Amino acid sequence: MRHTLVALMEDKPGVLNRVASLFRRRNFNIESLTVGHSETPGISRMTIVAEGDDPTIEQVVKQLYKLINVTKVTDVTAEPTVIRELVLIKAHAAPHHRAEILQLVDIFRAQVVDVAANSLTIEITGNEDKVESFVALLRPYGIKEMVRTGRVAMLRGSNGVR
Amino acid sequence: MRLTGAHILWQSLLAEGVDTAFGISGGAVIHLFHALPEYPIHFVLMRHEQAAAHAADGYARATGKVGVCIATSGPGATNLVTGIATAHMDSSPIVAITGQVSTPLIGKDAFQETDITGITLPITKHNYLVTKVGDLATTIKEAFHIARTGRPGPVLIDIAKDVQATETEYSYPDSVDLLGYKPTYTGNPRQIRQAAALINQAERPIILAGRGINLAGAHEELRALVEKTRIPVATTLLGKSCIPESHELCLGMEGMHGEAFVNRATQDADLIIAIGMRFSDRGTGNLATFAPKAQIVHIDLDPAEIGKNVPADLPIVGDAKQVLTELVPLVEPGEHAAWLAQIAEWREDSARRDILNREFEELLPQYVVRQICEATKGQALMVSDVGQNQMWESQYYCHDQLNSLYTSGGLGTMGFALPAAIGAKTGRPQELVWVVAGDGGFQMNIQELATVAQEKLPLKIAILNNGYLGMVRQWQQLFFEGRYSGTPLLGPDFAKVAEAYSIKGLTITRKDQVRPAIEQAMAHDGPMVIDFRVEQEENVYPMVPAGGSISNMIRRPVPSEVKGAI
Repeated sequence: MRHTLVALMEDKPGVLNRVASLFRRRNFNIESLTVGHSETPGISRMTIVAEGDDPTIEQVVKQLYKLINVTKVTDVTAEPTVIRELVLIKAHAAPHHRAEILQLVDIFRAQVVDVAANSLTIEITGNEDKVESFVALLRPYGIKEMVRTGRVAMLRGSNGVR
Repeated sequence: MRLTGAHILWQSLLAEGVDTAFGISGGAVIHLFHALPEYPIHFVLMRHEQAAAHAADGYARATGKVGVCIATSGPGATNLVTGIATAHMDSSPIVAITGQVSTPLIGKDAFQETDITGITLPITKHNYLVTKVGDLATTIKEAFHIARTGRPGPVLIDIAKDVQATETEYSYPDSVDLLGYKPTYTGNPRQIRQAAALINQAERPIILAGRGINLAGAHEELRALVEKTRIPVATTLLGKSCIPESHELCLGMEGMHGEAFVNRATQDADLIIAIGMRFSDRGTGNLATFAPKAQIVHIDLDPAEIGKNVPADLPIVGDAKQVLTELVPLVEPGEHAAWLAQIAEWREDSARRDILNREFEELLPQYVVRQICEATKGQALMVSDVGQNQMWESQYYCHDQLNSLYTSGGLGTMGFALPAAIGAKTGRPQELVWVVAGDGGFQMNIQELATVAQEKLPLKIAILNNGYLGMVRQWQQLFFEGRYSGTPLLGPDFAKVAEAYSIKGLTITRKDQVRPAIEQAMAHDGPMVIDFRVEQEENVYPMVPAGGSISNMIRRPVPSEVKGAI
């Protein structure tokens, strides 16, 4: 099963390396890993999507806790969670297809962020399902380039993961 | 007080109570060594950095204090790696200090530059690269705190050369501020009560005790639990000597080369109380068939060990000493007469198969170990290497002194024994320290005889010399068609090698020479190497084939099953 973990860690040199090295060494499978600043200065927040059964994920969490710089790990998989991913897509957009593509952009509430003679750069935010559908619909026109941030997650309601 | 980084290092080590360090000097630590003579720290110059890490490890195992080793950048640092990994697998608290090239040269592939923090990332509990002198004292404080608390382990501090020469204001911090590091020592009271209930109900309980008892110093608490409940104790390899092994309720070692009756008891138990151990594959054999009838109470300081290999019915995260202190008053006095009688019956069968209970003329390695045990009354500090010699030591040396076996259990590092014994003897000079090694492993750090001579350490060194990498040869004999590939070993004349280092050497070829040689070594006031030319193709029995069930051990045949046997 696919799990979403949120980990808070001190923003120290090499901390990303420590986490990545741990996953490799323990033979855990990461699907995506996103890291950036949290609301607290000096604390980074990482969202990890990992595949595994419950005992495996429990090991992942415990092993993450063993890293000295890691302060908190929460498995939010079973919690009501807002999940988002940001994707930039440079789509091939010949003049006679442009209107159709813009219609898709509109339906998915995506945004065109750059326009060139034969292409549109589109920004879309959402959960993976939405992103996947959008990408599938764009593919027939030709996707020149795509970049995905991977999943970020936040619990719904007033409680944080701290 | 304004000090250079080099002086800050030594001042900080003094503040941590360090009085001994093992290592080798070099270009990137030259500032450290320049400052060293001004400090009351005994520096033991080793002949290889791997040995320095093992010596720090042996020192830590013997004293319970943090062992310190020092090496220069590049090859000095990489040579430490095997020793650090050994300490990591066996939860030994060491702090390794390495020099790094100067800050402006880092990343430029400078002479003797290596990314030692990157290299040691997965084999240290934590590590640091210090590029600002202002960070040095705090880093050292944190490193020692992390190494010795919680589940102990190695911490590496890589210090850039320019940091060592730069001055700053020095004051040693009183406390550490580690947001993400808060080990749990106290067990959950509800879980401890549940454990007591399980123990009180069990009919065939067994305790599996590991290194956690030795690390926590929970010997008295374990003994109290055992004697109150009369539950027998089996130990892991590193759990040996956590209770006097001649104690009537100590069964000895379980696992791949544990006695068959011990494994049988584990397999038949209805309750396993695992304390400070991690269910390693060498201990459990095939997990699918391990202890099928048992409920498992797992007590360990490291939450990640619980459920890692064997699911626990009742987990307790905490320090062995603290948890047992809480547990003992809650358990009822027990008898377990039928269960103990059953184990005693199985034990007789093991005794019947014991080669030392037969007539023999050959020079058997088991006999050598047993004679060392008898001569030292089970009271010596024993440092064993890895392989057959290690298993014979664990089977035939009855450890009656607590925490008296130092061996590389997890990593299985050949070459560990001699340098680790240097560390142990340096840390506990009043104790009698014996090394038991094979001819293969001994040659992996044989250069440390020079350190033994220079430090005038009266180590007693027994080489069980069978001319093979014996454990691998045994596997080849039993499982690989008897094809001895890469295992026959031409060794030197070890007695002459010893003499070349000004160490007394002896060669023993007959059974009747064994005890006198051991007595002679103990009477001699300096170090001594005894080369025992033992039976070449003697095997370690019983054994569980790798990946097999501990219910199905390969046993030494009983005499009636052997044609023409005595």
